[in-house]
Amino acid sequence: MVAATAHSEGAPMAAARLPGEGHAIAIRGLSLVYSDGKESLRDVTLDIPAHAITVLFGPAGGGKSTLLRSLNRLNDLTDVRHLSGQIWFDGRDILRPDTDVIALRRRVGMVFARPVVLPMTIRQNMTYGLELAGERDRQRMEQLVEHSLRAAALWEEVAGRLDQPAVSLSGGQQQRLCLARVLVLEPEVILLDEPTSGLDPLSTGKVEASLHELKERYTIVLVPHSIQQAARMADHAAFVLNGQLIEVAPGREIFTRPRDRRTQDYVEGRFG
Amino acid sequence: MAAPALSRRRYAVQRAGFAGLLAATLVTVVPIVLIVALILWQGAPAISPEFLTQPPRQGMREGGILPAILGTLWLTLGTGILAVPFGVAAAIYLAEYAPESRWTRTIRVAIISLAGIPSVVYGLFGLGLFVLFLRFGTSILAGSFTLAIMTLPVIISTAEEALRSVPHSFRVVSISLGGTQWQTISRVVLPEALPGILTGVILGLERAAGETAPILFTAAAFFLPRLPTSPLDATMALPYHLFVISTQVPGMPLRLQYGTAAVLLVFVLGMNVLATLVRSRARARRQW
Repeated sequence: MVAATAHSEGAPMAAARLPGEGHAIAIRGLSLVYSDGKESLRDVTLDIPAHAITVLFGPAGGGKSTLLRSLNRLNDLTDVRHLSGQIWFDGRDILRPDTDVIALRRRVGMVFARPVVLPMTIRQNMTYGLELAGERDRQRMEQLVEHSLRAAALWEEVAGRLDQPAVSLSGGQQQRLCLARVLVLEPEVILLDEPTSGLDPLSTGKVEASLHELKERYTIVLVPHSIQQAARMADHAAFVLNGQLIEVAPGREIFTRPRDRRTQDYVEGRFG
Repeated sequence: MAAPALSRRRYAVQRAGFAGLLAATLVTVVPIVLIVALILWQGAPAISPEFLTQPPRQGMREGGILPAILGTLWLTLGTGILAVPFGVAAAIYLAEYAPESRWTRTIRVAIISLAGIPSVVYGLFGLGLFVLFLRFGTSILAGSFTLAIMTLPVIISTAEEALRSVPHSFRVVSISLGGTQWQTISRVVLPEALPGILTGVILGLERAAGETAPILFTAAAFFLPRLPTSPLDATMALPYHLFVISTQVPGMPLRLQYGTAAVLLVFVLGMNVLATLVRSRARARRQW
């Protein structure tokens, strides 16, 4: 682990090795306290490997969502009293105040627990992010829309009715639309916060299958809504408890042979 | 299980309670119905094409009330032009940008206080500031400014509530897709809040249209031989006209008084109906 002391600018420095080189995202010493005094994260240090699914699992309230939301600076929207540490993405510490968060959020997309479709048509939901970015080329947008809807396994179901309101879709379809909406911006990282928590098993299966395919091209960080999902999806897994990172290991190992007692207790269902 | 007699008594108490609530509701509805019915019944005979399109003659005792109708329309329009941009902008600031601070709390207290000021005080304020100090004179302009300030609190509070009722998740999604706060507001929040804002605007303007005291010293004239041609002209207006012909004109036919009241009532209630239609159409089309 490279000590972070030399980095006063946060710009790529040719001489020193950057933290987490070779990984998509490197989190170093992240600590976060909310305005109401609640401590959410304490000194979290974690590498997120590229082109793989990293699962953040643990009991509710442990800080997993906060950790996830830090990766695209979405915690800027909440009242945070204290935030320290670094998050290295593409050679830059994204926690620095001079970060272009708009560009960051296009490269690090997020799918939320409840499908939130904007009050517009399916097509407009898809092109919304592109239009925010100033994209004008209608043809290119149409191509991206179809491409992303296919990647989210939704194209066949909506191809004929893109101009209908997005709320006319079922819950599972809406969530896949939210995934497609992120993909259309051609991100590098996809964050998913319990994306299948309200969905029936069939829709859940479709989403999970999509993610397995998507990891070839994207880096995926997933907060699962059950330990079974964690076990199904994880290439790498991190156990988060009370704001601290307890253990990180490949998916194969952590659920069968956890090294920390607390991880073992959680995996075996003794608490949570 | 409770004895049947006990259950019967409980049901009886519940029915009595509901009956009492229904009676209370009807009591509140009765005055409205009576007022509207009485005014329209007495005033309908006076309504005629001449009444609506001709100026008054013979010291108001004959003819029509066209200048007053037009004057009220001008004043309402002027109030809207002045109050809506500032009111909606303030609402957007308070709902979307303002942090919780002593400064913001002060602003809110100011707006609430503005709502509590008696309308005649607005009239005097308008007289002092717009008519005299800024030298607008008794004019549509001075009247519109005065009415606009009076209408601001209504517009700000209903617009702010409309904005707040847009689900927060929409904003979060828009931000997470790389939107700025302003893009989020202009593309998602404001369009969704528009029906609610519109309803508030219509209701605010409806109130401004019917007020007498604010225009008493700032815009209204007893009688003008010509229609106003510029915002700096004074004007006749329905509320003031009604006041004048009911109290200052001896031998005024009662029929015409009721007719004037009926026109004003229809104008104001019409706006009310419009606001309700806007609101229910928006609810039906809501996509969330």
